[in-house]
Amino acid sequence: MTKTETPQSSGGDVRLHGISKTYGSFTAVQPLDLTVPAGSFFALLGASGCGKTTTLRMIAGLEEPTTGTVELSGRDVTALPPYKRQVNTVFQNYALFPHLDIYENVAFGLRRRGIKSVKKQVEEMLDLVQLGPMARRKPQQLSGGQQQRVAVARALINHPQVLLLDEPLGALDLKLRRQMQLELKRIQTEVGITFVHVTHDQEEAMTMADTVAVMNGGRVEQLGAPADLYENPGTTFVANFLGTSNLIEAEVVEAGGEELLLRAADTTLHLPAARCSASARKGEKVLAGVRPEKVALTHADDADGIAAEHNRLPGRIKDASFIGVSTQYVVEVPGLGELAVYEQNIERDGRLVPGAGIVLHWSRAHTFGLDATQDIQAGADLDEEAA
Amino acid sequence: MTTTATPAPPDGRSEAAPPVLRKTPARKRLVPYWLLLPGILWLIVFFAAPLVYQASTSIQTGSLEEGFKVTWHVATYWDALGEYWPQFIRSMGYAAVATVLCLVLGYPLAYLIAFKAGRWRNVVMILVIAPFFTSFLIRTLAWKTILADGGPVVGLLNSLHVLDVTSWLGVTEGHRVLATPLAVVCGLTYNFLPFMVLPLYTSLERIDPRLHEAAGDLYARPSTTFRRVTFPLSMPGVVAGTLLTFIPAAGDYINAELLGSTDQKMIGNVIQSQFLRVLDYPTAAALSFILMAAILAMVTFYIRKSGTEDLV
Repeated sequence: MTKTETPQSSGGDVRLHGISKTYGSFTAVQPLDLTVPAGSFFALLGASGCGKTTTLRMIAGLEEPTTGTVELSGRDVTALPPYKRQVNTVFQNYALFPHLDIYENVAFGLRRRGIKSVKKQVEEMLDLVQLGPMARRKPQQLSGGQQQRVAVARALINHPQVLLLDEPLGALDLKLRRQMQLELKRIQTEVGITFVHVTHDQEEAMTMADTVAVMNGGRVEQLGAPADLYENPGTTFVANFLGTSNLIEAEVVEAGGEELLLRAADTTLHLPAARCSASARKGEKVLAGVRPEKVALTHADDADGIAAEHNRLPGRIKDASFIGVSTQYVVEVPGLGELAVYEQNIERDGRLVPGAGIVLHWSRAHTFGLDATQDIQAGADLDEEAA
Repeated sequence: MTTTATPAPPDGRSEAAPPVLRKTPARKRLVPYWLLLPGILWLIVFFAAPLVYQASTSIQTGSLEEGFKVTWHVATYWDALGEYWPQFIRSMGYAAVATVLCLVLGYPLAYLIAFKAGRWRNVVMILVIAPFFTSFLIRTLAWKTILADGGPVVGLLNSLHVLDVTSWLGVTEGHRVLATPLAVVCGLTYNFLPFMVLPLYTSLERIDPRLHEAAGDLYARPSTTFRRVTFPLSMPGVVAGTLLTFIPAAGDYINAELLGSTDQKMIGNVIQSQFLRVLDYPTAAALSFILMAAILAMVTFYIRKSGTEDLV
């Protein structure tokens, strides 16, 4: 999943040093250090109002940072106006020039830099986004997906060091969005320009980006490769915002070894010490987490067959919804509340119906530990809103 | 839920539907005409009828004592044009200069209100409209006082030697402003400025500010952004504003009457005096028609030329 090697990079890197933005008494972005490696596809992910767009606009020069500096390919551009920066933006609602046709929209940046013969480049770029026959149409005569591609073409033709994308797929319907995600990813791999992509859609961020920075309340909560963030969330916000997590409040009963022993509702759970991001001394509380798809369901009658090294919790099925590839269960665990379980529909056990007594179990290695002082619900409802 | 009206079966409905569809709009189709009726009546009584009356007047001959009769005397048009063409040319010239001045003064103002005024926007808008609270005539009379020979404006312009320059240019005479082309054009500019600012503001305000950002992002410096994005997108406002200024300015007579002398008479003054003083109704009517035709022709040409038929 992680791509460390960059294609023959024509992109530049972006370095933000202590950058922040305040409007009056409101802080949109807390002092932030961020490095986007050249040629990478970088996503800023977060719910609306988390400061991701402001951060992007500061890179573009459309917003002046209150503190800090912006560096592009090692050059401090903080004081440069947008038209002097080697970056281009794909705006949220595309911001295509309505009085110019597609051809002239795409040629705009080239013409401003005094390039006379734009024909070949524009035609090539329109072919890249498969809009060659549309060249003489006006933007309002195009569909949303086509306008989006014009916006990408208009920015890419300038071969910027960094391409900034501000929720570029937000206005498209789901199917088109998935298609454009792959398209953008293809283009990025082809041209090797650094992409910084702002989105609130965690699936979008994970499909497209090499590196994802999860933002919340003007801060970067966690930064890493999508799989890494998903498997090892560092905060409850990341655990809940990226997919769904079952978080169980537990007390550390034994620490020091390679595994921590936890006690939650009279059950002992094992947590690999390396996967616990919180300090976990004996007697302290931690949140033990596990992703719903990692959890298996076994009917209480067959509980003896469960591998001994699995963490297990007894419970009762409260609700089951069949969604095709999987069945999603809500399981009531006495003393712990409700946990979610996603079971793939391979061999369905007819006894697993609401009301049935079951045992939840999962490999110890799939357990992660978080600091228990955080809000256990952080990011949970935001995710639903975004999805 | 109504229980009496049972829905028709699906296949029966397709046959039953067309007569129903035909019936309801029949009544509905008349609604627009009813709504148009007051306006149409108004136009017939106060626009079409006078126009026809005027047209018939322009081809009459006779005198006030003997009465006028329609004699199809079309030569009135040629005679009127032959005699008063200098006033025609002057009217068009003054109106054109005033329109250009309005555009030059009004565009920055409209731009400021649309993009830079922030929370002062409404205050500035009220200031633009405020002169309308006083009558056109009173305001023009006020200008007469402001530009009076012994007044502060003339004094200041004299001490700055501005009037020497304007006299050299031929728009003022001696050391005075009143009774010169400058005064008339200034009056026209002042009086019609709001008609320029309002449509300009409306079209500027409609421009998505993100387009400015996009232009800046695509290497356009602010001046280029204005030339390539803002100005082209404000063309509907420019066209509407220039028309709303030029048309009434070309037919105006108050400014020339109050601020000018006999050397600055515009075609409006000629028509007015033909109607009210000379009492030569056919000539006055013919001049009115010539003015209307001239403006119509110029406006049509202008709109074609500016390529904004679909935008106006």
